[in-house]
Amino acid sequence: MVQEVAHPFAKYLRSAMMPHIWCPGCGNGIVLNCFIHALDELQKDLDKLVVVSGIGCIGRTAGYTNADSFHTTHGRAIAFATGVKLANPELEVVVISGDGDLFAIGGNHFIHAARRNIGIKVICANNFNYGMTGGQQGPTTPLEASTTTTPYGNIEHPFNLVHLAAASGATYVARWTTLHVRRLTQSIKRMLQKEGFCFIEVVSPCPEIFGRRNKMRTGLEMMEWFRRASVVENFSDPSKAEISPEKIVVGEFVNTEKVSYERLLHEKIAQINEKAMGW
Amino acid sequence: MTKKRTLPTGAHFMSGDIACAEGAIAAGCRFFAGYPITPATEIAEHLSERMPEFGGIYIQMEDEIASIAAVLGASYAGLKAMTATSGPGFSLMQENIGLAVMTETPCVIVDIMRGGPSTGQPTLPGQQDVMQAKWGSHGDYGIIALAPSSVQEMFNLTIEAFNLSETYRVPTLLMGDEIVAHMWEKVVIPSASEIRIVNRKKPHVSPSEYAPFMPEDDLVPPMACFGEGYRFHATGLTHDERGYPRTQNSEVQTRLVKRLCEKINKNADKIIRVEEVMLEDADVVVVAYGIVARAALSAVRKAREAGIKAGLLRLITLWPFPEKHVAKIAGQAKAIVVPEMNCGQIVREVERAAKETPVTFLSKLGEDPHTPQEILDVIRRCS
Repeated sequence: MVQEVAHPFAKYLRSAMMPHIWCPGCGNGIVLNCFIHALDELQKDLDKLVVVSGIGCIGRTAGYTNADSFHTTHGRAIAFATGVKLANPELEVVVISGDGDLFAIGGNHFIHAARRNIGIKVICANNFNYGMTGGQQGPTTPLEASTTTTPYGNIEHPFNLVHLAAASGATYVARWTTLHVRRLTQSIKRMLQKEGFCFIEVVSPCPEIFGRRNKMRTGLEMMEWFRRASVVENFSDPSKAEISPEKIVVGEFVNTEKVSYERLLHEKIAQINEKAMGW
Repeated sequence: MTKKRTLPTGAHFMSGDIACAEGAIAAGCRFFAGYPITPATEIAEHLSERMPEFGGIYIQMEDEIASIAAVLGASYAGLKAMTATSGPGFSLMQENIGLAVMTETPCVIVDIMRGGPSTGQPTLPGQQDVMQAKWGSHGDYGIIALAPSSVQEMFNLTIEAFNLSETYRVPTLLMGDEIVAHMWEKVVIPSASEIRIVNRKKPHVSPSEYAPFMPEDDLVPPMACFGEGYRFHATGLTHDERGYPRTQNSEVQTRLVKRLCEKINKNADKIIRVEEVMLEDADVVVVAYGIVARAALSAVRKAREAGIKAGLLRLITLWPFPEKHVAKIAGQAKAIVVPEMNCGQIVREVERAAKETPVTFLSKLGEDPHTPQEILDVIRRCS
């Protein structure tokens, strides 16, 4: 007799939302898996967790996580999350979204949330293109890459996300690929224990949409690239953290302490409140 | 009025923007996110000072898109939340107003209308955003919009906007104009116990039974907030009662979108407020709102003095449109006059509801709203 046994991590997922929408070879499942491992290892209270996503393939993560979750409009996850975190600083607010969502349409919110040091934790799955809409060029598409809107090769310089995050004031900045599952999980754990704005970039394979136009037809081929090119350079200068066919610089780049916006805010509110004597 | 944790109960001389800010606090608003813009900036300035006194939060965001997004986040985290802007910012907010509609997020958006289009006339009044208030975001939806015509109403209707927004889980718009915002007038602020406050209804089932978008008889679903243990999902995608995306299902789409419209339309009689002045025997009725209604009232009184049976229907609620009230006056009056500070917006709704009764539109753009004399001249012509 076969007995049905629930997966030990089933409690972290909304099983009614399965099957997920992701393609074979996609890295989003690995990102979600590492996130869940981190939650489990930290024994995070799921009742006090809010997962916020924008639009795009990875944007569905919010719905798949069995916590309070909100799937915003395109680019606005961080701005929405800012309201959540300030209104209830007890909540652990995690934004999981993609490179186009967070750095093209939502780029302004990213740099300002980092500058203010709002204590939200941002994980970006960087797959180098707009996957959900069929593979258009985006803010992280490498020079000369072929996409559905750069058929002659991309002529836009891509963002270096970890450099941008560090320059904007994030207190924790790391980059890993989906090959680095243990390091990524450790990194997420570290981030979840920090105050202030934190950012992890996860270089993620998109073989079906991006890879097949760029000589990496399968998830395995993309993972081979990550394996061959990745170099761990912890606390190296993030401005030099390249992503190229030859080299992907990964590691932790920033890990500093800085008082968060919400702590300053609520300390100030408490001071003013004490002085407010009544009419 | 500073460094005080209670409402400034009593009579005051204050501006419309400040009255709006005080109304928000009186309504229980404890989160404001905004971006500076004339002529709404004073609301933000005042709340930056007042919010902390009440333990509330003020944040200046990087733009209006972020402001409304943060307001939605704060509302889902359990606070009553508001933003305030003018035309250009109101345009930027439209996509997330749609998200608020779709996720049934209680929140208040104040739009202090100035001259448009585009940057237009930042320091001058207008009524050019009233159709955008109804139709500004893509897709079909019901929404509530109120039009204050005095500083006192900037206070009162801000509270009303919060109450309606909490009752129907819909973004509620306070459509002021530059004059009511910047004008200083006497305002009477009641004591807290005299102010009616409505809070969103909470779920009365366990988390495992909770469906965040399952409506009750009034077509409004009870609302859990983040961190309360319900672990629910909300999305801007078409979703079922559990909040789960159902993007390929026409039945779910029909059920959801119709309910988003009907929860406002079917409750319209409870939502709509108008002021009726000397309508009983009126031959000529002026339909007006906002600052223009003040001149209209003066014109109607002057017309009565001159022996013309004139009346005023002042629209306090713009959306849902008070079409029954207009239809009623259309049945008895010979003519309707609609003065507006635009090229003809609410007049279209009046014409639609008035059917056969002739409607005369009086447009005014720029520095000054209509004078009573200008409206009186039209009343005379129509009588």
